Amino acid sequence: MTSPVLEIEGVSKRFGANLANDDISLTLAKGEIVALLGENGAGKTTLMSILFGHYMQDAGRILIDGAELPPGKPRAAIRAGVGMVHQHFSLAPNLSVLENVMTGTEKLWSWRSGTSAARKKLLAISERFGLKVDPGARLGDLSVGEQQRVEILKALYNDARILILDEPTAVLTNIEAEKLFATLKQMARQGLSLIFISHKLDEVMAAADRIVVLRGGKMVAKRTASETSKAELAELMVGRRVTRPVREPSTPGAVALEAAEVTVKIDGVERLKSISFHLREGEILGIIGVSGNGQAALAHLLSGTLSRTSGDLLLFGEAIGNPGVADVVGAGIGRIPEDRNEEGVIGEMAIWENAVLERISASAFSQHGLVNRKAGMAFAKQIIDQFDVRGGSPASRTRLLSGGNMQKLILGRNLHRRPRILIAAQPARGLDEGAVAAVHARLLEARRQGTAVLLISEDLDEVIALADRVQAIVGGRLSPPVEAEAANARKLGLMMAGEWQETREPDHAL
Amino acid sequence: MTVLFDIIASVGLWGAVLRIATPLIFGTLGALLCERAGVLNLGIEGIMTFGAMIGWLSVYHGADLWTGLLIAAIAGGVFGLLHSGLTVTLGLSQHVAGLGVTLFASSFSYYVFRLIVPTAGTPPTIVPFQPIAIPGLSTLPFIGPAFFTQTAPTYLAILIALTLAYILFRTPLGLAIRMTGENPHAAEAQGVNPMKVRYGAVIAGSALMGMGGAFLTLSAFNSFFPTMVQGRGWICIALVVFASWRPGRALFGALLFAFFDAFQLRLQTAVDGVPYQIFLMTPYVLSIVALAVMARRARVPQALMQPYRRGER
Repeated sequence: MTSPVLEIEGVSKRFGANLANDDISLTLAKGEIVALLGENGAGKTTLMSILFGHYMQDAGRILIDGAELPPGKPRAAIRAGVGMVHQHFSLAPNLSVLENVMTGTEKLWSWRSGTSAARKKLLAISERFGLKVDPGARLGDLSVGEQQRVEILKALYNDARILILDEPTAVLTNIEAEKLFATLKQMARQGLSLIFISHKLDEVMAAADRIVVLRGGKMVAKRTASETSKAELAELMVGRRVTRPVREPSTPGAVALEAAEVTVKIDGVERLKSISFHLREGEILGIIGVSGNGQAALAHLLSGTLSRTSGDLLLFGEAIGNPGVADVVGAGIGRIPEDRNEEGVIGEMAIWENAVLERISASAFSQHGLVNRKAGMAFAKQIIDQFDVRGGSPASRTRLLSGGNMQKLILGRNLHRRPRILIAAQPARGLDEGAVAAVHARLLEARRQGTAVLLISEDLDEVIALADRVQAIVGGRLSPPVEAEAANARKLGLMMAGEWQETREPDHAL
Repeated sequence: MTVLFDIIASVGLWGAVLRIATPLIFGTLGALLCERAGVLNLGIEGIMTFGAMIGWLSVYHGADLWTGLLIAAIAGGVFGLLHSGLTVTLGLSQHVAGLGVTLFASSFSYYVFRLIVPTAGTPPTIVPFQPIAIPGLSTLPFIGPAFFTQTAPTYLAILIALTLAYILFRTPLGLAIRMTGENPHAAEAQGVNPMKVRYGAVIAGSALMGMGGAFLTLSAFNSFFPTMVQGRGWICIALVVFASWRPGRALFGALLFAFFDAFQLRLQTAVDGVPYQIFLMTPYVLSIVALAVMARRARVPQALMQPYRRGER
């Protein structure tokens, strides 16, 4: 191995009482891909933010090609060849791809932007690394995968030799993620050095040369990919054994919810095109699909925040018109919205307020127009205890909870009443291994108790693990259902690509 | 009907349009620059008032007209510094800070004015900018008197509009400003300092507002009275939205509003039996209608009114 391009030596960082990074050291060689593995809150992002100069470390130093990097200066990091691709993209949707890439790359006070030279350079880079992009396109018009490509190009445009990717696959579909890792490997072959942050074991094993595991701000292990296993990594990462719960066979009951050729138009665009499904008590129906294919419309429709344009919705065999939110809640439909922070909870309000908000006018929580604070607090306390919500008391602000605990709060609020139907949209998205297991266990428990669960997800493994039957959603259309036993990753992958007509075995007319 | 045609055909109307538009052009460009960097500057009404006062006062005390205009710009910049201190460094609500600046600057203008001119019933006058006929062009029928027989600050305003468009869309500085208004975190990650950009944009934008105010006392009229800005600042804020944050369209919007204004002024005297307040109202009603039509399609700078704090997302 040649001398390392990057050395992190004994870096520590403290936020208040929380030691986010505790004496962490690691090295990175030219052409190497290192994965930084750890659960949410393990200190991965903090470490990379220090490397990139967003934070200043309390102790330790960073060397690039043997030269010390001045702490707390993003500009110096860029100049030294460090590029960062954030999990939440640092892009401006209203500007063009080229403008996003060019910002800050020229002397601020020059008379004219070298737009045409910049365009040429961008195209050359995109050619070299196989990152296709249209420089003139408005960024906001691109898909998430394309936007990430722009983020990577931005770093490469600044002549980055060390590329840091913060949870690069968190926002991608499986297919996009595979493409991304192929690109990353190609970049490594061409001499770039990469660090990517992840809590997904599969991708770490598949893409990294070496794996560094962080837990609770400490570095707990360094492994070569060829000498470790998923099981070992999972244990190192969580600090104990984690097993995802397994679905047991069950006999589903009556049809709880049925959609018959439902179409939803928003601003003249058909988001759902004549979809049909039926969902039975005690089963999980998985709706698999790449984000943006109508999942949001489907979830909103069933949550009472969107009206259908045509078709019928039947609740236990009875047609319901266009139910509002209050009707949906009243009918015993539980809802786990796709975006926890936007639609799931109100971050600035207390946990107890979020726990009771959707039923605030129920007699249990208010009398004569006055909120029964005590009852609300007690209810929240119950949820916190039963659903293992950590990091807050009923009175503390909800924003302070981690993603996993916030999701447990939302689950608890819905499952506490044993809903007859549960609409779960991307329930485990962005959660770490421990929290995913907890959420899955809750969904399976609800199924066992007879709840009809509609699981909208883009995670193949999740759907295969949980769902009894699977339908794919593509461009607002819904495929016919396939039984879980007949569904494997390949078949579902094809269905997600819209090829359910072709998923039948072709006739070999030889 | 013929009344309308007479008005439209009159040279006086067209000459008035650009004159009425000039303070709006200055103000709109100023507000636009602030907003492109992500800062709403509702201090505009007060800053224009102060610019009008200080510009006039300087000339009244013997400075030449251009120095007066420059002093108004500098004074505007100082208020811009105050506004950025409140909104950028302290990260306060931009609405509240802006209204505070307006109230302060307006009252302060009146205070200073009354210190200097304690009693006078009719405020003292100065000799304002005189129209400059552009040789060759000013003799053109119709267009000549309308566009080429204006005072120097009017030509300057148009020049500034073109320059600002160039800076915003053709230079690295402009890109840095726009990126700061769209996503200051991205700007920071690319090595642009969003704090500095916002300070710079707000100070420069406020300087333009000060000049817009000074135009009223140094060119359009020849004296100062405390209520003379008359909501022009608020019109500028609306024009920025109407213009979709583009300097060229801002110029067009200001001219359009000025046209309605000049038109209604003439209608007031030409039509009998209708209360003149009705006509007075029309440009504002029309601007609300135009805004309702245009603003739906406007692309708002995504980080407008969001304070930027390092390390927070």
